[in-house]
Amino acid sequence: MSNASAHVVIVGAGHAGGTAAALLRQYGHEGPITMVGSEPIAPYQRPPLSKAWLKGEADADSLALKPVEFYAENNIDFRPNVTAVSLNRGDKTVALSDGSSLGYDILILATGARAIALPIEGADLKGILFLRTAADAEALKAQVGPGKKLAVVGGGYIGLEVAASGRALGAEVVVLEREARILARVACPELSTFFTGYHQKHGVAFELGCSVTAFEGRDGHVTGVKLADGRVIPCDAVVVGVGAQPNDELAKDAGLDCARGVVVDLDARSVSDPSIFAIGDVAHRPMPIYDRMFRMESVPNALEQAKQAASAITGRPRPAGECPWQWSDQFDLKLQIAGYAFDVDQVLIRGDPATGKFAVFHLKGDQVQSVEAINSPPEFMMGKMLILNRKPVNKAKLADPSVSMKEVAAESAPS
Amino acid sequence: MAKITYIEHDGTEHVIDVKPGLTVMEGAVKNNIPGIDADCGGACACATCHVYVDEAWLAKTGTKSSMEESMLDFAESVQDNSRLSCQIKVTDDLDGLKVTMPESQH
Repeated sequence: MSNASAHVVIVGAGHAGGTAAALLRQYGHEGPITMVGSEPIAPYQRPPLSKAWLKGEADADSLALKPVEFYAENNIDFRPNVTAVSLNRGDKTVALSDGSSLGYDILILATGARAIALPIEGADLKGILFLRTAADAEALKAQVGPGKKLAVVGGGYIGLEVAASGRALGAEVVVLEREARILARVACPELSTFFTGYHQKHGVAFELGCSVTAFEGRDGHVTGVKLADGRVIPCDAVVVGVGAQPNDELAKDAGLDCARGVVVDLDARSVSDPSIFAIGDVAHRPMPIYDRMFRMESVPNALEQAKQAASAITGRPRPAGECPWQWSDQFDLKLQIAGYAFDVDQVLIRGDPATGKFAVFHLKGDQVQSVEAINSPPEFMMGKMLILNRKPVNKAKLADPSVSMKEVAAESAPS
Repeated sequence: MAKITYIEHDGTEHVIDVKPGLTVMEGAVKNNIPGIDADCGGACACATCHVYVDEAWLAKTGTKSSMEESMLDFAESVQDNSRLSCQIKVTDDLDGLKVTMPESQH
């Protein structure tokens, strides 16, 4: 059977799965497409859940990747409320939670990641929430408002976005972080200091270097977070944002090579089975610019891999590699991050953090590995280019905000 | 409804009825029109929904915010009539709007 008439089954209907389905049709795939998703609704954008949506600035329609009728109109058999329970690679079938089974010619695993729960006393109390799905966000929205006390466990980007949105909605917010600074795993100390200060200015309280040992409750609902030093932080709701883990059990159980995520090649194809692809948060993928493999949790990564898989399936040339990036909105700050800070030996700050407009460049020798740009689109846009083209950068000029990013980049442009 | 004509770089035209209140970007993405990627979904964070606005419509599509201006300044193949389509809200006044997509958004 040629790929053109192949039955493509997509497991997972998030940003990655939904985009792959749409791109397959856009690229001319004529065979049947079936997409199963565990949630009750069609694919939607998750990033606004902690930002615009939580603050009431975006509605369900605007979250949807495509209008609900899109799938039927494009002959995509979308099945909500269903999960895949097992994968049989021998006879190329996927068993579903509704008891049925789907045969595939090509399988795309887009099962995403799930929020990590804290295995501590009281974790099953009502009012202890995560933020991953639209349903999670709905539950959170109902708990946040003037006079409400919100405790955020985990000072990562999700936690900080929830904190900012919570303040915008009038709630009292405290962020509880295990490390000595927020964003400890993902950003440099200068950025942590800046964000801590900015959040404090907007009324967010912080407890740093604290260990959460239990949740306390009354009548089955959370009333406080207990810390290792014995203090109890009173609250009406808790958001736990301490990271995510890939939903790769289906692949592992079927014997696919996994390493905290399904191991794939540059076409997003499983290295153990040519008829299976894995895209988005669940994929452990090569990243040639860093000469390594890793797993990313970001929308641009999901989109890039959806493009890779759809291109490979429809016989298009492999799309050019992109610079990984992500963004975060907190209060009136726009943070844009390009690349990852691997093997960094120097951190260079361009601009003055006190002005609320600056960028942090992470360098390995004279190569830019990543940039964190606060309200600084030029540094972000040119940073992406510098990371992707791997040319040496003039550090003296990069450190001098009076030299435009265009001039900095021109010196490093591919010859 | 506003009728918007999206023209791909190769000249292929798509005429779409877009609901006022949506953005020009959303009109394209929700109808699976190739050529507008919109990676960030409309947060003005990525400059992958770049379009050229037909000169006759430039004034009606409004002015660029400093963030949009700054993002566009560093996008590929920018012209005087370049806009980020996620920043153009569709109104009845834009019935008949024509936009053309650049060769690539990346």
